Amino acid sequence: MFWNEEFETLPRAAIESLQLKRLQHVVQKACATVPFYRESFARAKVTPEMIRSLDDLRRIPFTLKQDMRDNYPYGLFAVPLEEIVRIHASSGTTGKPTVVGYTQRDIEMWAELMARSFVAAGAHRGDIIHNAYGYGLFTGGLGAHYGAEKLGASVIPMSGGNTKKQIMIMQDFGSTILTCTPSYSLYLAEAAAEEGIDMSELKLRIGIFGAEPWTEEIRAEIESKLNIKAIDIYGLSEILGPGVAIECVEAQKGLHIWEDHFIPEIIDPATGEVLPPGEQGELVITTITKEGIPMIRYRTRDITRLISEPCICGRTHVRLARMSGRSDDMLIIRGVNVFPSQIESVLMTVEGVEPHYQLIVDREENLDTLEVQVEVNEKTFSDEIKVLQDLSSRIRKEIKDILGITCKVRLVEPKSITRSEGKAKRVIDKRTM
Amino acid sequence: MKVEQISIFIENKSGRLAEVTHVLGTAGVNIRALSLADTSDFGILRLIVDKTDQAKSALKAGGFTVSKTEVVAVEVPDRPLGLYGILEVLDRGKVNVEYMYAFVERCGGNAVIIFRFDNPEEAIRVLTANGVGVLAGERVYSM
Repeated sequence: MFWNEEFETLPRAAIESLQLKRLQHVVQKACATVPFYRESFARAKVTPEMIRSLDDLRRIPFTLKQDMRDNYPYGLFAVPLEEIVRIHASSGTTGKPTVVGYTQRDIEMWAELMARSFVAAGAHRGDIIHNAYGYGLFTGGLGAHYGAEKLGASVIPMSGGNTKKQIMIMQDFGSTILTCTPSYSLYLAEAAAEEGIDMSELKLRIGIFGAEPWTEEIRAEIESKLNIKAIDIYGLSEILGPGVAIECVEAQKGLHIWEDHFIPEIIDPATGEVLPPGEQGELVITTITKEGIPMIRYRTRDITRLISEPCICGRTHVRLARMSGRSDDMLIIRGVNVFPSQIESVLMTVEGVEPHYQLIVDREENLDTLEVQVEVNEKTFSDEIKVLQDLSSRIRKEIKDILGITCKVRLVEPKSITRSEGKAKRVIDKRTM
Repeated sequence: MKVEQISIFIENKSGRLAEVTHVLGTAGVNIRALSLADTSDFGILRLIVDKTDQAKSALKAGGFTVSKTEVVAVEVPDRPLGLYGILEVLDRGKVNVEYMYAFVERCGGNAVIIFRFDNPEEAIRVLTANGVGVLAGERVYSM
């Protein structure tokens, strides 16, 4: 099923010529209206006229999150404020928030791409979409909301939090689609079980999960606990919000990025060089239709690779492999690059282990230490010490075999790891440099 | 002939053991026998109580991980070589002991020891065939 079949199945050549035309336009516009772009192009000695093919994109300098901070709040806006109809911002946990503005046409384009995404995920008119992404400055809630309305589904604007009520509403209103972070979906299932409610018996059919990295193992866990298809969605406020890319329900293998609106590239995060097709690296996105804040070669910090083989669903847009982490939340432990998601994958292969875990990184006598805290549940608990010690040494050995790092595994009581209603906080880094 | 034991996972941090006994106490549960096995990170508290199911649900509601296991309560003559005699019977019968701990009360002239076996049925068969007294659950809970 398609929302916009013509554009979702455009032949490769047509996508590329559309991308080039739109890229040339956005580059012109950005240099004409945004001093930041004018200066960064000038420093790199590039002019908009030099962009004659898609390959010329690599001549243009990157845009970083720091550039957004330096131009806080409105410095990157390409239109006067009176044309901006909506303002969102990132959480700003590491400083000032990054502010983004949308024109009326941007909002419409966003709703169009979210509607496409919902349909790709298997949603249709008549679905009851239980939207538990946070509303407010965060783009998740309203992004999904407008897309769901555009699709013609019924939206329940739950926002995050208030877990007990979420479960009651899902039961009573017969929600068929759940949108939230993957970790919150598991928290909901856990909270429901405590109330004696089996979430697999609800009417939920599909979950659309994003806003944090997750793994295939977590997908399997969610799909069995909630008895739904779990679909991975990707987006970021700097580029648009949710709906930049999504998995199709047919393949559930890689996220189609809407190439008539975005140009993806994969670079080596260390050197900035564009990597050959299929290689893993940092995702860089250029928006080619956005008016409020055009983003040119924005470094997302997300690690993935492009899948250009044709997809069984018929969509021609290239796919992003599941995000395997972020170049900025990559931990370096005794010189080894470690993504929290890698540890999660290991944990989830151990029978009976809960998806609730936390990594504590510290430094003792100039040596990095990693402690992996794992909750003990009824399945893993035994009245014999040796069984529990075998469990922790098995986890320790698996992590050592797969990641090559030695860690301490600490079994902790259930619910002792803080639950999150938004993005899960997996890492506590106590090292002071 | 088997006795129900509950085991509780306890992190090694102050106040957790007290919390368990508080939860049991307010649920009106009386502890008959206990053993605490510990490592540097966690401990396992094993209990025989007068009301097993009540104890289990109160602890679960209190957020603890709890499991139920079947153990065997054996009467052990309270004299030198008393315990040896029983372990010897088990050894000859090729029954492996996982762990054991003593009961708080005596039963007549005997001490009572709780044994955890891999195969409790076989252990009970070997013990009774050799004339060793094994106590029924109801008897133990109400001692």
